Amino acid sequence: MEEKASRRTERAGLANTFATLRTQLMFLFCSFRKGDGKTRLSYVLMGFSNLARGQVAKGIYYLACELLFVAYMMTSGARALAGLRTLGTQTQHIEAIPGQVPKLIPGDNSMLMLLYGVAAILLVVWFIATYFWNVSSAVRAQELQQQGKPLPGFKVEVREYLDAKFHVTLLFLPVTGVLLFTVLPLLFMILIAFTNYDSSHQPPGSLFHWTGLYSFKGLFSNSGVLSGTFWPVLGWTLTWAVVATVSNYMLGMLLAILINKKGIKFKGLFRTVFVLSIAIPQFVSLLIMRNMLDDFGPINGVLQQWGLTSSFVPFLTNATFARLSVLVVNLWVGIPYSMLITSGILISIPKELYEAAMIDGASPFQLYTKIILPFVLFVTAPYLITQFIGNINNFNIIYLLTGGGPNSLTYYQAGKTDLLVTWLYKLTVNTRDYSYASAIGICVFIISAVLSLIAYRNTKSYKNEETFQ
Amino acid sequence: MSSRAYTHAKGRVIAGNTLAYVVLSVLCLIWLVPIVWIVAISFSKGVAGIPNYFWPKYGLTFQNYINLFSSSGVSSGFYFPRWFLNTLFVAVCSCALASVLVLSVAYALSRMRFHMRKPLMNVALVLGMFPGFMSMIAVYYILKAFSLTNTLVALILVYAGGAGLGFYVAKGFFDAVPKEMDEAAMIDGATRAQIFWQITVPLSKPVIVYTILISFLAPWADFIFVNMIMGPTAYKNYTVALGLFRMIDREHITTYFSMFTAGAVLVSIPIVALFISMQRFYVEGITGGSVKG
Repeated sequence: MEEKASRRTERAGLANTFATLRTQLMFLFCSFRKGDGKTRLSYVLMGFSNLARGQVAKGIYYLACELLFVAYMMTSGARALAGLRTLGTQTQHIEAIPGQVPKLIPGDNSMLMLLYGVAAILLVVWFIATYFWNVSSAVRAQELQQQGKPLPGFKVEVREYLDAKFHVTLLFLPVTGVLLFTVLPLLFMILIAFTNYDSSHQPPGSLFHWTGLYSFKGLFSNSGVLSGTFWPVLGWTLTWAVVATVSNYMLGMLLAILINKKGIKFKGLFRTVFVLSIAIPQFVSLLIMRNMLDDFGPINGVLQQWGLTSSFVPFLTNATFARLSVLVVNLWVGIPYSMLITSGILISIPKELYEAAMIDGASPFQLYTKIILPFVLFVTAPYLITQFIGNINNFNIIYLLTGGGPNSLTYYQAGKTDLLVTWLYKLTVNTRDYSYASAIGICVFIISAVLSLIAYRNTKSYKNEETFQ
Repeated sequence: MSSRAYTHAKGRVIAGNTLAYVVLSVLCLIWLVPIVWIVAISFSKGVAGIPNYFWPKYGLTFQNYINLFSSSGVSSGFYFPRWFLNTLFVAVCSCALASVLVLSVAYALSRMRFHMRKPLMNVALVLGMFPGFMSMIAVYYILKAFSLTNTLVALILVYAGGAGLGFYVAKGFFDAVPKEMDEAAMIDGATRAQIFWQITVPLSKPVIVYTILISFLAPWADFIFVNMIMGPTAYKNYTVALGLFRMIDREHITTYFSMFTAGAVLVSIPIVALFISMQRFYVEGITGGSVKG
């Protein structure tokens, strides 16, 4: 039942939102018509219906919400909302009156105006929700009273939050945390992608403004240094993600087959050695690798000592070598993961399949390509796509190993091994080109979203969530 | 089957196994090289900058470890014990907070049926697709608005704040706990809260351990948010990850490389020990979500 409903929701996403909105408004309207004086008064004076009917704590809560909201709007909220339109008009400047010390007149700060504006929008949304709750609570109080039933007191209502409404209690803190540390910052950054908040528009020294799709045009156009960086970096990001995912997956599965091979002893020991590379924090293991692969590090030292090369191999300082190096080091980090994932699945392959194939005289290679690979692939397809998305966002390995380098003169603030995410990081931290960084973030989001949509919508666990419970 | 064919087949099995042992051993060696190297260098005398050899050349010493703890670090700010305690403090607090948040969300989304359930899950999915540190700079300004930058409290808030989004593994686990038990308890008059604390939590030990483990380890590995929040010179509020990262900056590497190796070993030991002992839960955690397919 629920599944059907949810599928319908997906098909008619936007239309549904409007329908819900209409039902809510109809509810507001009808309740007003049916309401008595006390209920109608709570449309203006929130919580009045509850207060007048003896639900003091609840009434005071709604009233307090209203008063606080009005106070906030009067003092700063309205200004914050209005500021969103212009993002500031007064640049700070120095006023020099002859005969006096020049004075710095502070101007607007676009960044703070945008941040407070977004926060104000979130607060308004919260207030509207509270307003609806207030009305429905008022109506409910009236109905109970008309039916001659006792109104639930404060204690009963609180007890509700440990039982029937326990989810509200459980979700309150986490949702607040996510709103403050994920949703608010993300909304802020998404909006910044549509401004010109870059290295030459840094408040409070100068203001930035709404510029629509300007940053995206800069990235996507077919000329200019920004798009000259974006397209090659995007190309390398996708190449990297494909090669890294496929190589890790295949080799990890081979390793799992080897370890789980019949007759191999010390399985636990072997597994533990490989799991070490997951256990050691990445910043430690990758920084070690970076030093080992240094032009004057131990690997080059030994290669030269053994006379294999006459001068150092530029593992991390030549574009091609660096790209190969990150791919190889990524094997060290990633193979054990796929080994762990595929181990469990390999064990679950029906023995009869193997035996039948062996009797038919299949070679080990055929066994692998015709039976093991399809079986494991089928079960781990969603994992594979998650891995792919993980690799597109694989910040650690690139940043710790090469720092995106070797740098390129034709790129803007990026190097030959930079992924979109490390470039985003550099634009944020080094040059403060926030608008371009945000635009890149949105591009990464779109890539991930499209892939996940394909992945999740086609898995059984998403479609029939209930059947697994 | 003739006896000759049998010995032939047996020979093939032995040859196959020997090959497998050889390949596995070689791979193990490759996997251990970086680890052995860092341990060896951390006990090595006369290291200045990156050494170009694998095995200690100038004899062994404990000096690198002693330097890490010597009080001369207090003045330069590169004081490892302080970083270690900082990280421990942040890890314990954020782990406690984050575990509660994650388990609450997972339980609510798994067991309760309410109006906003599906929309909330979809929103969580969408939020998870944005690159994590796209919002970094905004988080920084929000913390600044509460004048929390340069403090450890800010770190705790950042690590635990968004934790609610990482509910998938725990939810998958709760989904598998039989619902009949809840229903039986409900008939006996237990409230939802009582069911959660007295039935679900004791039954879900593996996933609770996993959640605690993951959220405890996160602060030890992160250097991006610390770097953002602490600024370039607040050395005494660094965590080990950022501290060790700074030690091998271009400007510091010649002086501090040997100390870095010792620090890296010291940080890794407890984490690796913790991880290996909890391996089972971790494997259950990462495979649980994907195998369901």
